[in-house]
Amino acid sequence: MIKFDNVKKTFRRTEVLKGMNLDIKKGDRIALVGSNGAGKTTMIRCLLGEYTCEGQVRVNGMDPREERKLVLKDIGFVPQLPPPLKMPVGQLIEFSASLCDADPGEMISVLERLGLDFNELKSRPFVKLSGGQKQKILISIALGREAKILILDEPAANLDPEARHIFFQLLAEKKDEAVMLISSHRLDEVAALVNRVIEMDQGIVVLDDRVEDEVDLNSVLNSEIKIKRVDEAFAKAIKAWSFESEDGTSWQGQVAGPDRLRFLGVLSRYAAILKDIHMVEQKK
Amino acid sequence: MKHLWLTAWADIIESIRAKWFIVYSSVFGGIVVLLFVFGITESRIMGFTGLTRLLITYIQLTIAILPVFVLITTVRSVAGDREAGVFEYLLSLPISLAAWFWGRFLGRFIVVFLPVFLAMIGAVIWASIKGADIPWGLFLSYTGLLLAVAWCFLGIGMLISSIARSSDVAQGLAFMVWLTFLLFLDLILLGIMIREGLPSDTAVILSLINPLQVFRTAAMVLFDPQLVILGPSAYIILDHFTETGYIIWSIVYPVSLGTLSAYAGYYLFKKGDLP
Repeated sequence: MIKFDNVKKTFRRTEVLKGMNLDIKKGDRIALVGSNGAGKTTMIRCLLGEYTCEGQVRVNGMDPREERKLVLKDIGFVPQLPPPLKMPVGQLIEFSASLCDADPGEMISVLERLGLDFNELKSRPFVKLSGGQKQKILISIALGREAKILILDEPAANLDPEARHIFFQLLAEKKDEAVMLISSHRLDEVAALVNRVIEMDQGIVVLDDRVEDEVDLNSVLNSEIKIKRVDEAFAKAIKAWSFESEDGTSWQGQVAGPDRLRFLGVLSRYAAILKDIHMVEQKK
Repeated sequence: MKHLWLTAWADIIESIRAKWFIVYSSVFGGIVVLLFVFGITESRIMGFTGLTRLLITYIQLTIAILPVFVLITTVRSVAGDREAGVFEYLLSLPISLAAWFWGRFLGRFIVVFLPVFLAMIGAVIWASIKGADIPWGLFLSYTGLLLAVAWCFLGIGMLISSIARSSDVAQGLAFMVWLTFLLFLDLILLGIMIREGLPSDTAVILSLINPLQVFRTAAMVLFDPQLVILGPSAYIILDHFTETGYIIWSIVYPVSLGTLSAYAGYYLFKKGDLP
């Protein structure tokens, strides 16, 4: 479906991609990881036909630069940094839907599933919204159309746990019909969403591995966390995950299945005061 | 075509919400208001009074301000959009590069031309209410001239935006271009050139290819058809062009220059990295 064949990209004298080779097939859900400057964004921009490059990039056999309309019709993209667009949300959705020949109603329904009120937001300038709201709108535009390739650059970074859970559900609905390329600095952020990990370093692929994808993107873990004593910092952190407690030492709540590693990462910061962790997958 | 108009419309909406547009509109609207407030319609210059007098002053001021305004705002916002990630996102949507580039050009043209034109319309409406005569011929000629100024410098601005990768460089380049045109205005450089023995024909050719000079001379022709204030160079201009011919040149040449510049900008944009 996507093929990178000896792709090189140089900015002035700096070679950012150094002969990258990659084959992505239907059904692949890829975590694209690597530190800053590894070449992830450059690779994505080559794939979107935004950068010229040496070598060949092909999407369904087409050159994204030469046949950009046909290629991009199938690609939903969420950038890491939302663009500072001044146009109102309603117009941004209309504009994107018109360009993609998509139904704006679908985008709006995704937006509302993510917890936003379209009627309240439609006349507000996109640039004036919070980081999380912007991210949700861009996700709605990418997922609210018939995209066969989803390119998501740190897509859940600004989302609250509840929105992350819905976002995972949305990805689960698309997982059999779309290729996903999820870029992140940290593997634990996206590990549970993917079945393949590609790590880039200094412009080349240094790791290309399959991973277990037993985690159901729809699953929810009923969780109970006990700590030795009341701790203000811990309370603040766990409340962000919508956990509740009566005495400040025993906390109950739910964690989205694909978010378990991220959640445990948060708990690890308070390892010294943890007494008990109990997580059970909710029965369907 | 649908995508071109969609892009143009999106650019108009983006621009009218930008601070530069508020300043830009206020400047040109403000000029007309100030000209009325200061009673310019009651004064007389070379026999002109009333709305004709106001339009003459307005066009002189506009031709001084409009080019640098259009250049700087265009390169700032286009190069700024590229830096801020607007290109990265919007060009990930399935739109042809031609529709994107020319859509933005069209939207931007409407945005820079309308305030200047509406200010003139406002003056005409106000003058009608006051019962003054409306010089429609002059009004149409000035409209054509302003259209050509806006188109020309917008085209040059789009070319600079395609060449420069950052808004700082783009702004610097735009300023240099404007300054070069300014230095070649007859009052400064051409005077020195003639004194140093440059053939007068060469000096006149230079003034004919400098869009700033072309507009200044055209604005003069409209209220001083014999170009008395230009001195001997008026003979060369009027012998070669005639009055009507010069007005046509002052519209056709800048529009062609703007179109060629924009096309060169499009070519560079299409061949290079987009964001």
